[in-house]
Amino acid sequence: MSSELEISFILNGQARSLIVAPSAVALSVLRDDFDLTAAKKACGEGECGACTIIVDGASVCSCILYAADLDGRNVQTVEGLDAGDTLDPVQAAFIETGAVQCGYCTPGMVMQIKHLLAENPDPDEAAIRRGLEGNICRCTGYSKIIDAVKSAAITMRAG
Amino acid sequence: MMDQIAEQISLIGQRIPKPDGAAKVLGRTQYINDMVLHRMLIGKILRTDRVHARILRLDISKAAALPGVHAVITGDDTPMIGIGVNKDNPPLKSGTVRCIRDEIAAVAAETEAIADQALALIEVEYEDLPAVFDPAEALEDSAPQLHEDKPGNVGLSYNISYGDIAAGEAESDVVLDETYDLHYVTHCCMGPGCVLAEFDAMGKLTIYSQTQYPYNFKMDLAPTLGIHPGDIRVIQPPVGGAFGSKLDVYPFEPICAFLAQKTRRPVKLVFSREEEFIASPTRQPVRAHIRAGAKKDGTLTFRDVNCLLNNGGYTSWGATVPYVMMRTFSGHFRVPNVEFKSTAVYTNNPFAGSFRGYGNVQATYVTATLMDKMAEAVGMNPIAFRLKNAQEPGEVTPQGSLLKDCALADCITIAAEKTDFLKIYAANAKVETGRYRRGIGIATSLHNAGGAKIHKSDGCGTILTMDDYARVTLITGASEIGQGIDAVITQIVAEELGVPMASITIVNDDSAIGPWDVGVHASRTTFIAGNGARRAAIKAKAQILAAASKEANVPAEEMELRGGHVVQSDNGVSIIRLDRLLRAMHFAGEDAELVMVTDYYEPPSEPEGDNHYGDMSAAYAHAAYVAEVEVDTMTGHVRVEKMTVVQDVGRVVNGLGIEGQIEGGIAMSIGYGLTEDLRIENGIVKNPSFRDYKVATAPEMPEIAYHFIENDTPEGPFGAKGIAELPAIVPAPAIANAVYNAIGVRFDNPPITPEKVARALHGGQDGGDQ
Repeated sequence: MSSELEISFILNGQARSLIVAPSAVALSVLRDDFDLTAAKKACGEGECGACTIIVDGASVCSCILYAADLDGRNVQTVEGLDAGDTLDPVQAAFIETGAVQCGYCTPGMVMQIKHLLAENPDPDEAAIRRGLEGNICRCTGYSKIIDAVKSAAITMRAG
Repeated sequence: MMDQIAEQISLIGQRIPKPDGAAKVLGRTQYINDMVLHRMLIGKILRTDRVHARILRLDISKAAALPGVHAVITGDDTPMIGIGVNKDNPPLKSGTVRCIRDEIAAVAAETEAIADQALALIEVEYEDLPAVFDPAEALEDSAPQLHEDKPGNVGLSYNISYGDIAAGEAESDVVLDETYDLHYVTHCCMGPGCVLAEFDAMGKLTIYSQTQYPYNFKMDLAPTLGIHPGDIRVIQPPVGGAFGSKLDVYPFEPICAFLAQKTRRPVKLVFSREEEFIASPTRQPVRAHIRAGAKKDGTLTFRDVNCLLNNGGYTSWGATVPYVMMRTFSGHFRVPNVEFKSTAVYTNNPFAGSFRGYGNVQATYVTATLMDKMAEAVGMNPIAFRLKNAQEPGEVTPQGSLLKDCALADCITIAAEKTDFLKIYAANAKVETGRYRRGIGIATSLHNAGGAKIHKSDGCGTILTMDDYARVTLITGASEIGQGIDAVITQIVAEELGVPMASITIVNDDSAIGPWDVGVHASRTTFIAGNGARRAAIKAKAQILAAASKEANVPAEEMELRGGHVVQSDNGVSIIRLDRLLRAMHFAGEDAELVMVTDYYEPPSEPEGDNHYGDMSAAYAHAAYVAEVEVDTMTGHVRVEKMTVVQDVGRVVNGLGIEGQIEGGIAMSIGYGLTEDLRIENGIVKNPSFRDYKVATAPEMPEIAYHFIENDTPEGPFGAKGIAELPAIVPAPAIANAVYNAIGVRFDNPPITPEKVARALHGGQDGGDQ
């Protein structure tokens, strides 16, 4: 009964096309069709941010985004940052400040912060906290993640 | 050439990033959820929708006939051999279901969608049975009986008695009689429960598990599967959080193994978030009734404690938390006469497991708020009253814990000084008007910090090898669950062997390789596994220096390892490069040797004996946390503005790691005190989602100030104590005491939600105690 849709989009800089079911969510397509497993399904209802990706510059929960809505868009996942010889400043800051413990929320956090710093290269403490509000971390208590954002912001402004 | 090798800065106390950090930020880390094995099937569990019922008919025929379904199993196909502490929980239930999470059937299918479809095709008919949800009601003679072999619904009891309660009461000037209702909360690991099981052609099971106790996990899993524990290999891929939730075998794990056995294919089973809320363990809810007394001069006289634990339908570790609770009630502050009774009572609720803090979260919420109430009742301030009763170094608690280096009084004094506590406390208490009121509160606790000998052994095995290039492989039984033992062990080994941290590989994810360890629990891993790693490194060093001594004809005691060289201790001049020496040792003909050492570290502690007496940890630690809050008297919202942490940590090993543990603990405890509440009504979990179950997010985190007490506990690795549970224990009651300081209302029924605060201030039901 379900007609299938062909979608084309830019995924981490490369043009991709595939057939998806109308009910498929972006997260499943990324994980199952493209083996991009960094984005995690932790709630499946857009409440925790572990599946955060960037679509046309906006951070979105890929677990509640229809794959069909990726058509014609520019999609970035954490795997897209895994290029070149040096780590992205946000990723480097995460390691240095101790913002990583179990790591399950980390890819979503990193993408959310990429978006946050693209929008506001010099966020104050309150803006950082508000920016992370939709991403749950159960290990770190957020303090080191907030430190990582501050540190990355300094690096990126200098760079 | 006489190279001089500069003295290395000690790694102990440095801020060392986790070695697995790069893989995690890059998204390369493969959790079990991410794994795909050849011919792997997807497993799913059908849970009951009743709280107590007899299964009249269970028809799986339509599900089994669905194309793409490879197995459907029920309790009729699997043995009724229970798992858990009381062995009362068969993986698949047959005959009777006792709580909403009960597993009654499971499928293995080619896709998740087919598995879901198959579950929907299973037909079940029930006859509902009378149910009971309140532990006091479940103890009544007329209550429905949950388990035939547990008459009266009593799951477990723990009791201790020291001194003479009546005599203590007789000499009291003040007696308080208080009842606390401590609620359900749950771990909320970001990685939902999952498992992947596969049998090899010889019938041996490989289980990819999130477990945090891999070795005893085999022992606990084997009987219900009907296989030998030695035929189970536990592989531990990275875990998306654990916090104590993975210290037991739960039904989904043997169920997945049964599916793999039946289909002869790998089967992966992953929980949805809703399933995670409903069907993973909770923290143990406790109803605590306490009578306690003090003399006018502030001396504590007695505590008479009765705890009812809602055990739920089955028994996991939650029912055993009183053995930690009783130490906090009887020790920490000097209480000469103590009676502690606890009963875990079966009800038709879901059941509790172990959870970071293990009973001490509940016990400290009671004792730390009770200490404030008692101080007020005798007319003393909260600091002086605590100092009056604080245990001192060398004291032995009524349960036999020897407080070799008790820093409780120091913790309290420093916490009071650093926060200007008494001045702010007095000033806040005077303010009785205005929308926003400020409060300051202190709480303290005691926890084991050198392991906990609750099994016959509290040890950890370590194997250390070095290759021809002076690279180190350190195999430890201790699990990494995100807490950072990988970094701590790397530091310790690098420190002892004078090699770069990058030259060390930690292996701790395969029970077929690693030596035994009791598991990640009881704040024990840095202490126990850290000691094990250090001892192994010291043995390796002795072997290396003996060989160097022979090679260079210098006495071993005049040499040390530094910067990848064997050097002369007095002037740092290199005698031989370490890798060259290792190759010389290796290729020495008849005298050939490899550096390949083992260690089993068993801490000098003793298991509890009669009356729960025994010095069960090799170290104990205290902490005093001060919370500063702002209460919005209009909305009832409590905001924690600052948390001052004063904690006896023995010695900081990894600055990043220790702060990370503390900050995470504070976030959890803020949740316990203010927002988290797994609402279970008539056995049904009413809020199984992050939308309705509120964990702390970034805006709610307070400013945190640290004051570590570092006195080098004698048995600890470089003097370190275990630290990871106190931060999850102490903040909530400090917040509750601060709320009282702000608005004069006590909440003995956390969480202190805006609704409760507003009702207490403006009227209506369900408020606090004025």
